[in-house]
Amino acid sequence: MTGPILQVQDLSRLFRVGGFRSRGQLHAIDNVTFDVAPGEIVALVGESGSGKSTIARLLAGLYPATSGAFTFEGKKVGRREARSIRGDMPMVFQDPFGSINPVLRAGHGLLRTLKLHRPDIARVNRFAEAVALVEKVGLTPGDEVMRRYPHELSGGQRQRLGFAQALASRPSLILADEPVSMLDVSIRIGLLNVMRELRDTEGVSILYITHDLASARYVADRMIVLYAGRIAEEGRTDEVIGSPQHPYTRLLMSAAPDPHLTPSNDENDDLGEPPKVINPGPGCRFAPRCPLAMDICLLDTPPFVRLSPTHHAACYAVQQ
Amino acid sequence: MNETLLQVRDLEVEYATPKGPAHAVGGVSFDLAKGEFLAIVGESGCGKSTLLFAIAQLLTYPGSISGGSVLFDGADFTSLSPEALRLRRWRDISVVMQSAMNALNPVLTIGAQLADACKAHTDWNDERIAQRSAEVLAMVAIDAAHLKSFPFQLSGGMRQRAMIAMALLLEPQLIIMDEPTSALDVVAQRSLMRQVATLRHGLGFAVIFVTHDMSVVSHYSDRLAVMYAGEIVELGPTREVFDHPEHPYSQGLMEAFPSLYGEPRELTGIAGNPPSLVEPPVGCLFAPRCAHANDECRSVRPELIAYGDHQVRCHWVARNKAS
Repeated sequence: MTGPILQVQDLSRLFRVGGFRSRGQLHAIDNVTFDVAPGEIVALVGESGSGKSTIARLLAGLYPATSGAFTFEGKKVGRREARSIRGDMPMVFQDPFGSINPVLRAGHGLLRTLKLHRPDIARVNRFAEAVALVEKVGLTPGDEVMRRYPHELSGGQRQRLGFAQALASRPSLILADEPVSMLDVSIRIGLLNVMRELRDTEGVSILYITHDLASARYVADRMIVLYAGRIAEEGRTDEVIGSPQHPYTRLLMSAAPDPHLTPSNDENDDLGEPPKVINPGPGCRFAPRCPLAMDICLLDTPPFVRLSPTHHAACYAVQQ
Repeated sequence: MNETLLQVRDLEVEYATPKGPAHAVGGVSFDLAKGEFLAIVGESGCGKSTLLFAIAQLLTYPGSISGGSVLFDGADFTSLSPEALRLRRWRDISVVMQSAMNALNPVLTIGAQLADACKAHTDWNDERIAQRSAEVLAMVAIDAAHLKSFPFQLSGGMRQRAMIAMALLLEPQLIIMDEPTSALDVVAQRSLMRQVATLRHGLGFAVIFVTHDMSVVSHYSDRLAVMYAGEIVELGPTREVFDHPEHPYSQGLMEAFPSLYGEPRELTGIAGNPPSLVEPPVGCLFAPRCAHANDECRSVRPELIAYGDHQVRCHWVARNKAS
């Protein structure tokens, strides 16, 4: 095992908001640092507005970072390189209905990817290779699926096709931005299983972006919990779910509906909502909602506390 | 709470399509008691929202009711004139739509929209409208100052609560909610569900709550109906359906949720896809995806059979109960 394939260092992205003269800066993500090892699924978990999709788009080079950088397979990726690594780090999008061209056959995107990113495959062999890819994600019979039009495929099938397309360039990392959130519950699990299978058989890493903690637990080896553009807690899945340390992670876990548990009836535990981080002041961004908030939380950004070699939380309260 | 408020009988809804009518809702029957909370769960395309629209008489072309009746307090909604329906709406029955972002008018203040509903359905004067508007906002824990706010100034959770406040204006006996929580994050979702539960206990209205995420309603509804391909396949007390699902489809749904607790385990979901509603299979609609299907299942459409207060539409369950 070599080093991580993706290393993200102090990545920040600010957006100017408001009118022409406005000085408002929305801090979509602030100093985010993490890495992804070969053959692992890392889940980026957060509510809407936490910055999880911004991270995916920065990595895909859809817009540049305000500060910070990331390296992919040991090479620093700037604006210029972003395009050339797309084949090595493809993206699967959230909306299976908007991300496939409706007037071309399902196989088109696959064949095109093979043509552009796999010069080693001769033209005559492309179709067979594409069929093999389609069958790898559980769409059978592959050649028939390839000839269909997208409207003939269900949401789950299209999303599988999205993964096949991503897989076509033999990537080392797939960015999956909420790939299952628009699918029905009975179909979601099938796709999550495809992700696990791709990791196990193809050795591909996946950055799985989601708001659903339970599905993250199901597929991910490690998870990173984001709150308002900063990492609140990160660690191996069993550590984060088994002993959540950050008060925000605990809030998320207690709020997740579970039919087999009695819900708490503590009215005090769902006060407030995630902030819009425009021109933020100092301090922990969760402090206004935090039951454990102390004076220092409002004054300074909490540093990462090491709970184990793999488990960290950014919170003053866990230090004691 | 045994008095029946709403009786739905053999309700059928069709959508006209170029390939012929699609049977979006086929023969749905249930009773709703006063003050009862009924949850309807199912996947997209199973007809759950269509059913709500049919009950509230909100279907527009290409959808239409092709059979059955909706009796509310003795009156059949399917045969009332538009004017007679207008008098009943909001007073007797109100609807909370799925997406508060789209259901609220972005260029009017919350107060103006509440007043609009009052003016259409009552002869109240401005003072009384203002007073009642502040009252209903207070019920959903929104400060009366927000009467002057525009929807974009409220968060997603507050917008959805404002929609519920609007539904409460005339103290209806039945509030129909179409996935009110689906655009909210888990924390806001939980707080909304608690609010609905508290209001229902205080005001005594009945709720029909449609969702695709059954774990949301698991602790709040009295009864749970599971819909598949336009039919109710299972209906029973919520806890019982969760703890002992009978229909293979309900069992599959329960097995499709990863949990945050307990040992991590493999899940399978349900293979296959829902059937075409234009050319439905002859027998049980779930048979093509069902592990227990036999020839009977593939040739005879099962009926909804009651076992105590738990109803199931399945030959396999019937065979097991008989033996």
